[in-house]
Amino acid sequence: MNSRRCDVAVIGSGPGGLAAAIAAKKHGAESVLVVERDREPGGILPQCIHNGFGLEIFKEDLPGPSYAQRFIREAYDLRVEFLLDSMVLEVGADCRLTLTSRKGGIQEVHPGALVLAMGCRERTRAQVRLPGSRPAGVYTAGTAQRWVNIEGFMPGRRFVVLGSGDIGMIMARRLTFEGAKVERVLEIMPYLSGLMRNYVQCLQDYSIPLEMQRTVTRIIGDRRVEAVETASVDEFWQVIPGSCEVIPCDTLLLSVGLIPENELSRQAGVSIDPLTGGPVVDSHFQTSVPGIFSAGNVVHVYDLVDWVTEAGYEAGKIAALYAQGKLTPSKRTVAVRAGENVRYTVPQRVDPLALAEGAIPMQMRARQPIEAPAWVEVAAGGKTLTRRALPYARPGEMVTLNIKPENADALFDADALILNIIPR
Amino acid sequence: MPESYDIIIIGGGVVGCMVARALSRYRLDILLIEKEEDIGAGTTAANTALVHPGYDPPVGSLKAALNVAGNTMWPQLAAELNFSFEQSGDYVVAIGTEELPILDELMERGRRNGVPGMRLLSAEEMRRREPRINPQVSGALFAATGGMCDPFGVTLAAVENAVMNGARILRETAFEDFIISKGEITGIRTSRGDFACRWAVNAAGLHADEVMHKAGERPEFRITPRKGEYLILDRAEMELKSVYFPVPTAVSKGILATATVHGNTILGPTAVDQEDKQDKENTADGLEEVLAGGKKLIPSVDARQVIAVFAGLRAAGNAPCRTPGVDYGHDFIVEVAEKVRGLINLGGIESPGLTASPAIAQRVVELLQDAGETLTVKKDWNPIRPARPRFRHLTHAERQVLIAQDALYGRIICRCENVTEGEIIAELRSPVPARSYDGIKRRTWLGTGRCQGGFDLPRMTELLARELGVPQTEVSKKGGGSEFLRRLTKDAEGAGE
Repeated sequence: MNSRRCDVAVIGSGPGGLAAAIAAKKHGAESVLVVERDREPGGILPQCIHNGFGLEIFKEDLPGPSYAQRFIREAYDLRVEFLLDSMVLEVGADCRLTLTSRKGGIQEVHPGALVLAMGCRERTRAQVRLPGSRPAGVYTAGTAQRWVNIEGFMPGRRFVVLGSGDIGMIMARRLTFEGAKVERVLEIMPYLSGLMRNYVQCLQDYSIPLEMQRTVTRIIGDRRVEAVETASVDEFWQVIPGSCEVIPCDTLLLSVGLIPENELSRQAGVSIDPLTGGPVVDSHFQTSVPGIFSAGNVVHVYDLVDWVTEAGYEAGKIAALYAQGKLTPSKRTVAVRAGENVRYTVPQRVDPLALAEGAIPMQMRARQPIEAPAWVEVAAGGKTLTRRALPYARPGEMVTLNIKPENADALFDADALILNIIPR
Repeated sequence: MPESYDIIIIGGGVVGCMVARALSRYRLDILLIEKEEDIGAGTTAANTALVHPGYDPPVGSLKAALNVAGNTMWPQLAAELNFSFEQSGDYVVAIGTEELPILDELMERGRRNGVPGMRLLSAEEMRRREPRINPQVSGALFAATGGMCDPFGVTLAAVENAVMNGARILRETAFEDFIISKGEITGIRTSRGDFACRWAVNAAGLHADEVMHKAGERPEFRITPRKGEYLILDRAEMELKSVYFPVPTAVSKGILATATVHGNTILGPTAVDQEDKQDKENTADGLEEVLAGGKKLIPSVDARQVIAVFAGLRAAGNAPCRTPGVDYGHDFIVEVAEKVRGLINLGGIESPGLTASPAIAQRVVELLQDAGETLTVKKDWNPIRPARPRFRHLTHAERQVLIAQDALYGRIICRCENVTEGEIIAELRSPVPARSYDGIKRRTWLGTGRCQGGFDLPRMTELLARELGVPQTEVSKKGGGSEFLRRLTKDAEGAGE
């Protein structure tokens, strides 16, 4: 078996992986290797041909492929090495990777540090246990997006979209551009699961009806979808009798959530946070296993790619320092917990000493929407350390709160930090 | 002149394919027809995948005899045909003391049916063997000859071996009627025209009653489809050691929790009689019932562990048991027809039909001999059907050797189940090749993992189009009418002009 070494290995070449590889190079790692299972780098970005990428990082409104290309070019210029069309089969606790590819067969890689950047996958029909028959024509929104935007095929003529996730709303518009009829977007919750801007720009502007608190109760059709039966649900997701409507269509698109893809992380023995589905990390995106870092949607599902890039930069930089033996291990970390109306937080622990390098961003998602001015606050021992005013809080949009260097004393004394999102 | 065969087998499920394999040993011209796009698409594709010991069927029934006889044939069959089979043993688990006496009944029935290797276990022993079991367990019956298999893989292996030994198979070929002359079957009419034969074997599964009636045989015999719904759990979330039944009810063996040869846990089935022989829909109520049934045995089962759902129809018949004094109305039919010559009927083959299938096939050989057929073994008969390599089952060193021979075995197409392009292409060039996405899925387990094909689908429509020599818009999930894609996008159309 072929075996090789490198300073930093990165699994995945989406925005998180690319940023990590670039940052690792810039912070002194000599050999940086990116392993990508697809045939081209960029992760999911090449199929995201809509705009809205880069507003935070470049102050420009870019389509996904252009956003990715800037990082791909920079990585190649920095002589980051890419292994494309290559799949990591195993990760050991010692960071050792076993991978397979058509060209190289089975190879082992022994990196000095490892960045996990595998991204996420879409929830499927079975995970929401949709009843009915099992014909062709039930696809996740991302699968349809790849067909339409990369392969050049339309997977249907008349669509119903289940779930108001961002990809679902973006695909509703894209399919409309291509001459398909999008009959309905259905959301089981009483609020949007994606970004408001996508609702306005993708659904409202094209008169695609969005129905809240409705779901698909049955898929109809033996060989190909012929219709879906839909119904209203109450707050406990129970179907309200008499609210059924059968909508003829040939395709049902699912945009019912994303799951961080952590099978390799588990193999490596990395602790997983059941709330995020991703590794437990500190503010440097270090996992519970020394030498293993992680960045991007593998940690938790982000709303904007720009934040994924920022996370990748941090993880790549710290991985490079670790590989060079320049990273001082944390002496003590403080746990961060989701408090009132907060579904989860990332990081899940912070090293107070990290405040010496600047503010620590705490990222979280609200559990319930607050359509009124709100506070996001971090508390310890019953006292508020710092807080920030929000115009509103919505589960579809991530909330960030910086812990600032002036909070250092309070942080040193704290047993745990609690994050709350509460009405103002 | 229509093509002429000695024997035509109607139906390419596990029973029909086992019969084809058993008969392919002899100097006979054999044709097997299947109405669906692939073999094993009916009851065979959607059941609990178990090889039963035989303590369930009533004493004296044909079911009991063929179950116990069939069970003993599996180890050798697996060795010859190289399919996945694991003789894990199985357990009937009593929860609470009121269920405990039923274990004694099963033990006694098994003893009278001739089931070897059974014993009663204490609650403590059961908890030790499967720590996930409901702590309210009061005792269990263990049967060492229980096992699990991949029913589609078994069926494919059997029919491939039949084809290797000269049998012919026609898929997408539906039986329409018998051609009967002077009380004797001389051929059959199909959707692909007429075929002449001396013998027909009715292995039509759910439709065996209709086929039988075309020959005027057993007009009172009726198959009532019994729907069973199932859940499949992610093996990363739940891994069981063996097969766990609840105590049985009057109609079924109940909702069980079982490991599979693929490592995933299966829960199910429900048992709901219906009229429709097509309706394999999953229902919200059915899935809830399965989940509740699974939790009764394994309390740590959780809805979030579910990665796939499916449903199948069992071919439950109403044939009375022929043994005098045995009052049982759902027995197997394995017999030469009485009203016409040249027909063998295999009907009402519900559970344990998979287990019994090799014994049923052997019985068909005997019935032919009893009817005066001289069956001569072919000199070059080869009982061995070689397995094709499965990347995920190999060591790294074995993988390296395989990739050195064919680099496409190094490229993973299905990320969750680690299925390679090499494996997919091998299935497209095998003796009974896959022609659709589901054909590849059933052969390789591509797309059965936690992403359920989300990532592989666009790769697969491209790959299948290339290998089958058709446009991507003609690549289907399960044959005509189930194409995945409708047309090119505007840009792609423009680029083509």
